[in-house]
Amino acid sequence: MSAMLATEALQKKFDAVTAAANITLSFDADTVVSLIGANGAGKTTFLNMVTGYLKPDSGRIQFGERDIVGLSPREITKLGISRSFQIPQLFQTLDVRENLLIAERIAGADNPAAATEAALARFELGPYASRPAGLLPEGIRKLLDVAMALSSRSKLLLLDEPTSGVSADEKLAIMDVVMGAVWAAGVTVIFVEHDMDIVARFAGRVVAFYDGAIIGDGPPEIVLRMDEVRRYVIGEETAHAAA
Amino acid sequence: MNALLPIAFDGVAYASWLFLVSAGLTLIYGVMRILNVAHGSLYALGAYAACSLAGAWLANQLPAAGSFAMLLLASVLVGCIAGTLLERGLLQWMYGRDEVVLVLITYAVFLIMEDVIKVIWGVDSLLLPEPYALPGSFSLGGLPYPVYNLLLIGLALVTGLALAWVLNRTRQGKMLLAVIHDREMSMAVGINVSRVYLATFVVGATLAALGGAFTAPTVAVTPGIGVEVIVLAFAVVVIGGLGSLGGAALGALLVGLVRSATVHYWPEAELFSIYAVMAIVLIARPKGLFAAQEARKI
Amino acid sequence: MKLALASVVSLAALIGVSLFAPQWIVFMVMLVLAKGVVVLGLLVLMRTGLVSFGQGLYFGVGAYAAALLSHHWHISDAGVMLIAGAAAAAVVAALLGVLLAGYREIFFAMLSLAFSMILYGLLVKSAALGSTDGFNLHARTFFGIAIAPGYERRVFLAAGAVCAIVAALLTHRLISGYWGQLATAVRDNELRVSYLGASPYRVVYINYLIAGTLAGLGGALAALAVGHVDPETAYWTTSGEFVFIAILGGTQSVAAPFFAAAIFEVLRTLGNQYAPNVWQLSLGLGMLAIIMFLPGGLWTIARKRRRSA
Repeated sequence: MSAMLATEALQKKFDAVTAAANITLSFDADTVVSLIGANGAGKTTFLNMVTGYLKPDSGRIQFGERDIVGLSPREITKLGISRSFQIPQLFQTLDVRENLLIAERIAGADNPAAATEAALARFELGPYASRPAGLLPEGIRKLLDVAMALSSRSKLLLLDEPTSGVSADEKLAIMDVVMGAVWAAGVTVIFVEHDMDIVARFAGRVVAFYDGAIIGDGPPEIVLRMDEVRRYVIGEETAHAAA
Repeated sequence: MNALLPIAFDGVAYASWLFLVSAGLTLIYGVMRILNVAHGSLYALGAYAACSLAGAWLANQLPAAGSFAMLLLASVLVGCIAGTLLERGLLQWMYGRDEVVLVLITYAVFLIMEDVIKVIWGVDSLLLPEPYALPGSFSLGGLPYPVYNLLLIGLALVTGLALAWVLNRTRQGKMLLAVIHDREMSMAVGINVSRVYLATFVVGATLAALGGAFTAPTVAVTPGIGVEVIVLAFAVVVIGGLGSLGGAALGALLVGLVRSATVHYWPEAELFSIYAVMAIVLIARPKGLFAAQEARKI
Repeated sequence: MKLALASVVSLAALIGVSLFAPQWIVFMVMLVLAKGVVVLGLLVLMRTGLVSFGQGLYFGVGAYAAALLSHHWHISDAGVMLIAGAAAAAVVAALLGVLLAGYREIFFAMLSLAFSMILYGLLVKSAALGSTDGFNLHARTFFGIAIAPGYERRVFLAAGAVCAIVAALLTHRLISGYWGQLATAVRDNELRVSYLGASPYRVVYINYLIAGTLAGLGGALAALAVGHVDPETAYWTTSGEFVFIAILGGTQSVAAPFFAAAIFEVLRTLGNQYAPNVWQLSLGLGMLAIIMFLPGGLWTIARKRRRSA
């Protein structure tokens, strides 16, 4: 039984910047993994390569049995990988319900209307259903972004900083809603996160990036206490406070 | 071998003309993100103003060489007056709007200016053959060639080099480049973007008018000469990459040479050849040869 | 249903005009329908977030296709001409769309302009096609049925009415359902559309094909109305008029293109009579006014009034 997602020796350089240096990772199904690292460490580049937005300079990416390097985001989405974004990618002029409805219809749901209502309920978006996506508060935009990603019948869900841009007290609430909905759908999750409390609380495995390379990979209790991770990702102060 | 020399010369002459008419378009787009469709009417305005000014100069029996100075004067006047009127009177209220809306706006300006030109100069064609005939001709491969074309090539070179020098060596030029690169940051460091916009538009308008003024002696100036120019200029600018002056120069050269060869061997396909070059370049490089690198979106 | 009622009433009214109105009104209404059909296509494109400055290309292709049947192949059946116009335009759109569907914003706008000017250049240089003078077309039958002499335009108007209403209804069905939402989604956020599994390129390509075909149909209708074709049909000012009508009417309703075209025709006729030298100036000023004060087109006034009533 092969891993759900496996990358092998991924390399990516942007002129002088190494965004990915020999990244070899493998992810099993039914896990929740968090990617951590400072800004520019290569996390989003990793997501971009897995979803086909960027092509690695070299290396392989396998989703199940399938080699997916060179496929477009559209093709990869249809294979079962979907994604939410650091800056939520929504349809500004359509309202929340219409955003979800079109996501369901593109995904080919049997009953898009029912699936939309279910998504509205699961993500607690009911009160905002008729508001245009361009006029939503940031936390709701994030939820909608994830809800739209989830509706594509995905097997693997990649969340790029699902709680960024949201106030500290809202972060936990949003993550609770997201993970609750994701759990109900039985989807494998990889999420990028900067808030270590959230990472510790929701992730079963943590992969730490630094300068395009992986400096830690394992359960949160171990990785979050590693010296290098404390120095390059968390910052000494926070590590002391958390310990 | 014999055919290559006239083709090359013709090609470079045409390329010079193309560069003159395209440089302003790409400059304005690069700085202000406006594709100025009215560029065509500024070109036409330059041609008409040149006819009037140089025509009056010559009619007063003044030394014929001075008519060239009149061509330059016409360009500068059109650029400064029409350019300032347009930018301060209309465009400055429209910044921030969708790029296509800005195209619609300049398109509307184009329509307006076409009729304004007709009202001022009438619909009959104007002729200004003197500056073209004056420098005489020289022999190229046994055939006579107008020295005027050499002038055009010289003008394009001087213009291109001057623009490059101003952009890269002067303080004002570097401010322009800064605005091209990142408008918000430029404002944040204290660059008066509004003034940069005005200066850019006036320079761009002057370049358009320059193209028109120096074309006037070679054609019959009629209403509508601006229309074909805007489409051609756009093709050249697109080939080179929107906003790139070097790209406009290279694009002009490419189109000029290909067109010249086509006219020599297969005249009917002249128009096709120009757009064929554009289509081929776009297929290989969808944003043109030297398109600006786009920042990562997600 | 309101839609069925509106269609029946419009059809009845137009048939009434075709039967009883004087020739000059029949002519004008035909032009309104022809231009309205073209702008219907622009509406579909604008819903997808694109403005084409070159629908004159397909308008010209449709007109010349219809005229060529009459002039070169001695087919004088209006019904066949209408189909030929739409079909010829569809073929060209299918080819050009492959390139254009990859572009957006100003690239799309200016490339479409460029291609229409290529056709214009070809037509002007072609002696076989009459160069700047163009040539006439005559249609004497409609799908085989002979038309009584003198009644041609009335029959064309009736045919045009049916075409226009069918086109409007089909377009309405298209854009009020999933496809319309998909077009809006492409306009709002293409990246998201790809990341959901759909192809923005495909959406744009199909809508471009629809717009081109409609413009071809409009061109054939216009050719039948005028009885003559010339390169002006592909000129940039013709394309500009379509854009003007499109922004005048807005994109909220499939009836808007026709009402806007009607207003436009009236203004154009008045303009030609009283101020022919400043027509383009007026058009330009009008465009600026609409852009600055009425971004939704005149249709927004109608909707505002309905809401306050």
